[in-house]
Amino acid sequence: MSGRDGALALTVLAALVLGLAVGSVPLAPGAVVHGLLDPSAPSAAIVRQLRLPRVLLAFVVGGGLALSGAALQALVRNPLADPYLLGLSGGAGLGAVAAIALRASAAWAVPLAAFAGALGAIALVYRLAVVSGRRLDPRVLLLAGVVVGAFAAAVMSAIIVLADAPTLRNALLWLLGGFGGASWQSLAVFLLYALLPVFVLFRSGRALDLLALGEDTAEYLGADAERTKRLVYVSASLLTAASVATCGIIGFVGLVVPHACRMLWSPLHRTLLPVSFLAGGVFLVLADTIARSILPPLELPVGVVTALVGVPLFAVLLRRTLA
Amino acid sequence: MIVAARNLAVRYPGAGGRALDGVSFEAHPGQLLAISGPNGSGKTTLLRALLGLLPPEAGTAVIGERPAVEWGREALARAVGVVPQREETVFPLTVGDMVMLGRYARLGPVAAAGRADHAAVAQALARCDVTGLASRRVDELSGGEWQRVRVARAIAQEPRILILDEPTTSLDVRHAMELFELMRELVTDGLTGIVITHELNLAARFADRMLLLDGGRVAAAGRAAEVLTPEVLAEVFRWPVAVSPWRDGAPQMTPLRPSERDQGAVS
Repeated sequence: MSGRDGALALTVLAALVLGLAVGSVPLAPGAVVHGLLDPSAPSAAIVRQLRLPRVLLAFVVGGGLALSGAALQALVRNPLADPYLLGLSGGAGLGAVAAIALRASAAWAVPLAAFAGALGAIALVYRLAVVSGRRLDPRVLLLAGVVVGAFAAAVMSAIIVLADAPTLRNALLWLLGGFGGASWQSLAVFLLYALLPVFVLFRSGRALDLLALGEDTAEYLGADAERTKRLVYVSASLLTAASVATCGIIGFVGLVVPHACRMLWSPLHRTLLPVSFLAGGVFLVLADTIARSILPPLELPVGVVTALVGVPLFAVLLRRTLA
Repeated sequence: MIVAARNLAVRYPGAGGRALDGVSFEAHPGQLLAISGPNGSGKTTLLRALLGLLPPEAGTAVIGERPAVEWGREALARAVGVVPQREETVFPLTVGDMVMLGRYARLGPVAAAGRADHAAVAQALARCDVTGLASRRVDELSGGEWQRVRVARAIAQEPRILILDEPTTSLDVRHAMELFELMRELVTDGLTGIVITHELNLAARFADRMLLLDGGRVAAAGRAAEVLTPEVLAEVFRWPVAVSPWRDGAPQMTPLRPSERDQGAVS
């Protein structure tokens, strides 16, 4: 383990402890550890029941978004691609807003509708991008994603405009994303969905290195380009769809984090993918911690925080890349 | 290990005519085969068909003893190193990392590179005279350095067959000569070599055999002296040329200006 790896591991730990310590009842790091280890400690209820599922969920969702972003950037050979570019945020938003407008009241209705909307968008984009019946064309994938996303966003806007005021507010809040509803149960459901895509993506690192050189070159160097493209697109999309259904649309994690990791760590995906996962987790845990503690008792949507932090960071990175 | 096409025909999906039609040849270990022909004559299509990326409509492409389409991608990458005409560098790798990509077909998806892999990369870098560039980023290389790095990556595959697609495009005289000299050395060491090139004069001096394609068909094949005749070249390239032997006997082609045409093939 190099010094860099050690620093990353420490950062992950520090972010998790910070996320558990900060809140309406601030806890010292010692109290956090005590609460984790001893169920009878005074801090145990806050740490275990309220904050731990939320912090862990933010971590795995952030990791999943960054991992999807890193993989999709290699797939479409564009370092500025974002998991939401591929249309699925539009589909998920449309599903969720439709469920809210129809006053679906069950707790699971909105996430399920969002997930269904995302799956619909994924299927449509995938269908559009398979050209001449066999090849998945990454350039068409990007365009089809933008088109499907724009269409879904238009329908969604129409629903929001036609809806009454409370519905509008609920829909907007949901779209901006947040971990207010995090529980051990939602964490378990997300992990159930996420495990297989994460596993598939981690194993695709070397194939993605080759795919980034172009499809023929990738084949000549031993990768099955068509299989890699399909596996990566489906895995990254499902992972993103699961995160959207769990906590809404949280932008910039999937765009900024992989880009930063590529610059600071390595552009080779066997390393980049796990590092992006960890860094994305840290980024979202910190963003959520800021979101719920900066204006108490109000909670900012976490998507607002990731954009406020992510956009300037990204601008700096862009300048440095181009300089 | 041989590379062969046996009456190979290829048609792109939806295309009217065949992109390749009735192409046959064999390339052997220790020999360098040069493939040439006008733009659009099917050279790169032939490369893709030989490597199993295009299924033949008729005939077979053979690598070793098996049809190319029956090889798995990883096994094929361990047997055949290809330097394609173009590739993309979206993510700026270092030269060392880029050459290590040649080992992926031996590494599988997750295993870390071992001693043998690092040794193969070091050897390939040395062979192509780019050891000093190992920590440079590939997007900062000159055209000649970049081509040598890509040849190094193909050598790191430890292939039995090496195929270069228009390797000297955009290279100056020195770098073009160095590349052909390197290819010649590698072939002399026992590789089966194929180079797709527009450099007819260099091909005539470095290659053992030549294959001239025109409109997807073989226009001429054999030794340079048999292929590079004024009649064949004028017909294939639709431009009159003169041919005269260089000191080593290799035929050298000079395209004629319109005012020189009536003088015919001067020697």
